[in-house]
Amino acid sequence: MNFLAKVLTIVWKDVLAELRTREMFSSMFVFSLLLIVIFNFSFELRVDNMAKVAPGVLWVTFAFASTLELNRSLSLEMENDCLEGLFLAPMDRSVIYFGKMLGNLIFISIIEALMLPIFSVLFELNLIQPSLLLTIFLGTAGIAAVGTLLSAIAVNTRAREVMLPVLLFPIILPVVISAVRVTGGILDGLPLADLAHWLRFLIAFDIIFLVVSYMTFDYVV
Amino acid sequence: MSRRFRLHDFVNWLSGLAMIGALYLVFLYAPTEATMGNVQRIFYFHVSSAWVGFFAFFVTLVAGIAYLRAGKRHWDIVALSSVEIGMTFTAMAVITGSIWAKSTWNAWWPWQQEPRLIMVTILLLLYLAYLMLRAFLEEEERKARLAAVYGIVAFASVPFTFMSIRWWQRLHPVVFEREGIHLAPAMLVTFLFCLATFTIFYFTLLLHRTRLGTLADEAEGLKQKLRSQEGG
Repeated sequence: MNFLAKVLTIVWKDVLAELRTREMFSSMFVFSLLLIVIFNFSFELRVDNMAKVAPGVLWVTFAFASTLELNRSLSLEMENDCLEGLFLAPMDRSVIYFGKMLGNLIFISIIEALMLPIFSVLFELNLIQPSLLLTIFLGTAGIAAVGTLLSAIAVNTRAREVMLPVLLFPIILPVVISAVRVTGGILDGLPLADLAHWLRFLIAFDIIFLVVSYMTFDYVV
Repeated sequence: MSRRFRLHDFVNWLSGLAMIGALYLVFLYAPTEATMGNVQRIFYFHVSSAWVGFFAFFVTLVAGIAYLRAGKRHWDIVALSSVEIGMTFTAMAVITGSIWAKSTWNAWWPWQQEPRLIMVTILLLLYLAYLMLRAFLEEEERKARLAAVYGIVAFASVPFTFMSIRWWQRLHPVVFEREGIHLAPAMLVTFLFCLATFTIFYFTLLLHRTRLGTLADEAEGLKQKLRSQEGG
């Protein structure tokens, strides 16, 4: 089996487990839905123009939903010592990192895809635009890249559910800032060329943290 | 052992004398700034503390990499010591900066105007998370390993945070611009001297804190030895 096939095997394992239990999807979906509704109500009373707060709300929702997913993805492996089983498989540890990272990226993206229409309706905005989808993908990839590493760190601690957001949020702050900027710009109808430096910034973040996480993952597990 | 003690004595004296020299330069030698007045004298210690804070976190990064490569416990102690010192100096930079901001811009905490303020807050949060991570881990070896990884990731995110805040601010009207501080020669001398003094002071603290960590380690080892002997 080559590298890619091994990675895809791990992804498929996660997808299969999810398809059988549907734990993650249902909890993430309801959680994100609640967040959007709560935000919608808490701003509606005071904010005249909902479009102005929409980018912020969108990305806070995505960041929170991601922590939920990232937490679950590795604590699942800790139960019944599944992680040990994974290590026994004849493959490099980086395969586990990329497999887990890809799995996280897919799960978070699906939830985001489900959220977008609901968000569009509640905030009366058209969020399903190609440039916006690209932004969301780049932002989510950054969160998944560093989040997979940090969730592997967090599962080792006491109070692991609390530890992940504490570790993750200060690091993904640049992603959130730039993604909110681009989202706002697209919703304001700015040409994409004006936002290109932010997109390049997101790509740089994704690449750097993919490399850093890949290089350090060996020491974490 | 005696040679190491002499090194400690030497750096103690060196940073003590340098600090006295710095105080003399800041308060007596450097001229009073024309528009800001005496408050400007904070600048010397403020920038020096910020520099030491940043440098300390960089040392944590280097020590983290060294720990992962060599696996020597000593590097972990250096990394932790450096974070503790860095947090202290960063906090000092924030406090002195606040005092300065209050007197020149009439606001303790000008979030919107000063990107560096946000940056420094994020920096404090990052390394607070580092210390929390250590507090929530039990085993010493695992604590050192995971903390080293987090120290690397945290420092890698610093340039990104800095850039994003810079660009984010650019879309806002710039109210206070502080470009190109033109320092009088006497001020520059004072500033550079303070920078050097604080750096020496940092290394002095690092030396002491690292030694404390090593001794605490030794004491722990002895305790365990005693306990096992009692048990046997």
